[in-house]
Amino acid sequence: MADTQEPKTDAKICGMGHSMKRKEDPRFIRGQGRYVDDIVLPGMLYMDIVRSPFAHAKINKIDTAKALKVPGVLAVIDGPTLAKYNLHWMPTLSADTQMVLPIDEVMYQSQEVCAVIATSRYAAADGVDAVEVDYEPLPVMVDPFESLKPGAPVLRKDKKDKKDNLAFHWEAGDRAATDKAFASADVVVAEDIYLPRIHVASMETCGCVADFNPAEGKLTVYMTTQAPHAVRTVVALVAGHVGLSEEKIRIVSPDIGGGFGGKVPVYPGYVIAIAASVVIGKPVKWIEDRMENLQADSFARDYHMHTEIASKKDGTMIGLRIKTIADHGYTNASANPSKFPAGLFSICTGSYDFKQAFCEVDAAYTHKPPGGVAYRCSFRVTEAVHAVERIADVLAQKLGMDPAEIRMKNFIPKEKFPYKSVLGWEYDSGDYAPALRKAMDLVGYEALRKEQAEKRARGELMGIGVCSFVEIVGAGPSKQFDILGLKMFDSAEIRVHPTGKAIVRLGTKSQGQGHETTYAQIVAEELGIPAANVQVEEGDTDTAPYGLGTYASRSTPTSGAAAAMAARKLRDKAKKLAAHLLECSPDDLVWEPGKFSVKGSPQRSKTIQDCVFAAYTNYPQGMEPGFEASWYYDPPNLTFPFGSYIAVVDIDRGTGMVKVRRFVAIDDCGNIINPMIVEGQIHGGLTQGLAPALFEEMNYDENGNNQNGSFMDYLLPTAVETPAWEVGRTITPSPHHPLGAKGVAESPTVGAPPAIANAVVDALSHLGVTHVDIPITPEKVWKILKEKGAAE
Amino acid sequence: MSTHRIKVTVNGTVQEAEVEARLLLVHFLRENLRLTGTHIGCDTTHCGACTVLLDGEPTKSCTVLAVQADGRQVRTVEGLEQGGKLHPVQEGFVEKHGLQCGYCTPGMMMTACALLAHNKNPSEQDIREAISGNLCRCTGYVNIVRAVQHAASRMQET
Repeated sequence: MADTQEPKTDAKICGMGHSMKRKEDPRFIRGQGRYVDDIVLPGMLYMDIVRSPFAHAKINKIDTAKALKVPGVLAVIDGPTLAKYNLHWMPTLSADTQMVLPIDEVMYQSQEVCAVIATSRYAAADGVDAVEVDYEPLPVMVDPFESLKPGAPVLRKDKKDKKDNLAFHWEAGDRAATDKAFASADVVVAEDIYLPRIHVASMETCGCVADFNPAEGKLTVYMTTQAPHAVRTVVALVAGHVGLSEEKIRIVSPDIGGGFGGKVPVYPGYVIAIAASVVIGKPVKWIEDRMENLQADSFARDYHMHTEIASKKDGTMIGLRIKTIADHGYTNASANPSKFPAGLFSICTGSYDFKQAFCEVDAAYTHKPPGGVAYRCSFRVTEAVHAVERIADVLAQKLGMDPAEIRMKNFIPKEKFPYKSVLGWEYDSGDYAPALRKAMDLVGYEALRKEQAEKRARGELMGIGVCSFVEIVGAGPSKQFDILGLKMFDSAEIRVHPTGKAIVRLGTKSQGQGHETTYAQIVAEELGIPAANVQVEEGDTDTAPYGLGTYASRSTPTSGAAAAMAARKLRDKAKKLAAHLLECSPDDLVWEPGKFSVKGSPQRSKTIQDCVFAAYTNYPQGMEPGFEASWYYDPPNLTFPFGSYIAVVDIDRGTGMVKVRRFVAIDDCGNIINPMIVEGQIHGGLTQGLAPALFEEMNYDENGNNQNGSFMDYLLPTAVETPAWEVGRTITPSPHHPLGAKGVAESPTVGAPPAIANAVVDALSHLGVTHVDIPITPEKVWKILKEKGAAE
Repeated sequence: MSTHRIKVTVNGTVQEAEVEARLLLVHFLRENLRLTGTHIGCDTTHCGACTVLLDGEPTKSCTVLAVQADGRQVRTVEGLEQGGKLHPVQEGFVEKHGLQCGYCTPGMMMTACALLAHNKNPSEQDIREAISGNLCRCTGYVNIVRAVQHAASRMQET
């Protein structure tokens, strides 16, 4: 376990370990980014969507007469229009089905009802206002527990033979053996832990410009997608019957203003815009407003987890059992690998050496918008980690142990890696105790405990919360991982031009992560070509190699590995070219970043640029000319980043307000490519962990009305609530990744919420409080204080 | 819908146009003038992605009508760089990694410019409060604060 990593390359080459300034920044700081709403095409039309005010209603009639009289309005597209082309239904990424536009029934509030096409943005909005829809409200099911009860009215009447509202049942582990472990335990504690429905709320909403060129028969769609290649294939599969063939479909993902999983699914709006462009033969732009984005696009979480832990008297954890009811809304539109309907929830044994565990998820249909997506997490890892990290604290509280002590006692020991978890994962590498110790030292743990005791004696409320999480990212190996059958490999293609400058294209797609810099540094590391001379391009399916896109912290584990492997292939070729130029055997050459030299005669050398030039001008007989390589990387395993976080909170007894005074995060993501970018990713992820811990929740009333449908009441943290994050690291390389890297951006979103929740419960533990669900709002805390007689 | 003749000075250039009364300033900038650096994030004056300087004051251009800018000065992100030289705030954002996806960045920088025009040596808390009307989903704000501090020290040097 180390915490520093010396770069192997100099600052000119700028390979791994250099905090290179980002190559994408010059355009962004000048306002020259190109986001989807910046795109204007000749003759472009605008689309706006009529959405249902009811969570469940019969549509008696859609009257478009007035709308069609609005100046500038050209057409209104409704379900029956799309039904003519059999495009009114589409598959979800989880192989469920979803309406594109309804024929006669809406199933959630803000569902798309019909779309207005007009010559301007304002005319389209006028048209939406003028459409008259006659709805007949129907009974609404909002509670997933009620939905799963026998005899509940069946929601998905469109599914033949469906007799209940169970979207799926999934389980992992040995139920009987776990029950036996619980029966033999000295101590068992349980809590009902709810992770509420939240929304990624990227600063840019979703949208597209669909551009069907009738003369060429080619469809180009500029869209906010994290997975352009997968979208192209899905469009070809869904719309093949109307003549859209995959070679005639081009998906372009331009600059994206944040994704966080919310831009993985294919939303109905995209499909309607594509259909409109194909029918009308002109480009059609559709851009959501914020309320549409929050109210209709995929949510995250919404897991009700009954969590139990069994232990010995001394705090040795022996069993974990979690039964989850998941609210999936109207359809299962999760962006999950197909063999994992509950994502990677079975990482729930976390950092601990459990001998037995069992978890199960029952997913319910309700009259809410469909989902779920990740919210900056690798497929339900946040839910799993929250459950185990909360229940570990509940156990410590029950036993009167310190939360750090119980973790240290139960960590998977370093010697056991690679570690096979009881729920079937092979953790690649880890060394958990030093990370926690480092966090404790940085925060001054022992002194804080002393301060807490003094404050408690004075009646002040202060808490310290610990979380030691393990992530599971980089999906994934083809034997287990696919989405709609597409294996989850990813790709890189490197072309080096005669003058030694390179262009690299990949199957992933940055949404702010800094890929243009990071991938350039990987190629610089492996080939010795300065990162400044490596141009990175992603997102255009006509030019980039096939890949499954960017989410679940998979870019560095998959495409990053592919870039390294492709570069190594080229380095082998460069070696042959150097041997040819130096008239020696390749075996006599040694590599140092940027050049090959002859063993024992370092003055006899050829730079990588010399070798590349020779690949076009002076190559040996029989060698294929040119200097290009590609690699499709099928990872042998996932990667398992980890870390330990400590939050310190103060609670105002008068208002119930929780203030995060300090937050220390020690992350281990293996080897680091750009330390500056990694730190930035951790800051951002921590803030997206703070957000659901204290502020964010998407609530619905009993009629299915969204209560947090705009930024007026869906509260994102501002700079004032966000603490000055204190970060540090340990480095435990991945043994199987070519660069030893693991992926990082989601660890902090996973680790921060339980750290903060544990701190709040710690502050209230002497009052007998064992659990508080997030978001921990002032109202929630104040009610507890009032009930316990501790409010001021 | 009534239309009005307006004359707005944008980044030092006088722009005259006939606009609908309801046209938002942000749409005037983005669509009529094609200055797409000013972004739209929320429609309810919360996120600040659309922040521009209106007569020097940071203003959310999604909640101002173009006609209200008649006769006034507007400065957008495109007007920050002068004569090929970046504004210190732009330099600060690059140096301190104060941006990731870049979507909130133009509005965030305009707010920072306004702060530094009034307060040459802001404290961390001053900066945090000044940008509290600008939401960022990527950076966690720490590096934005550092970027503004960097700009402040650069501006004091000159």
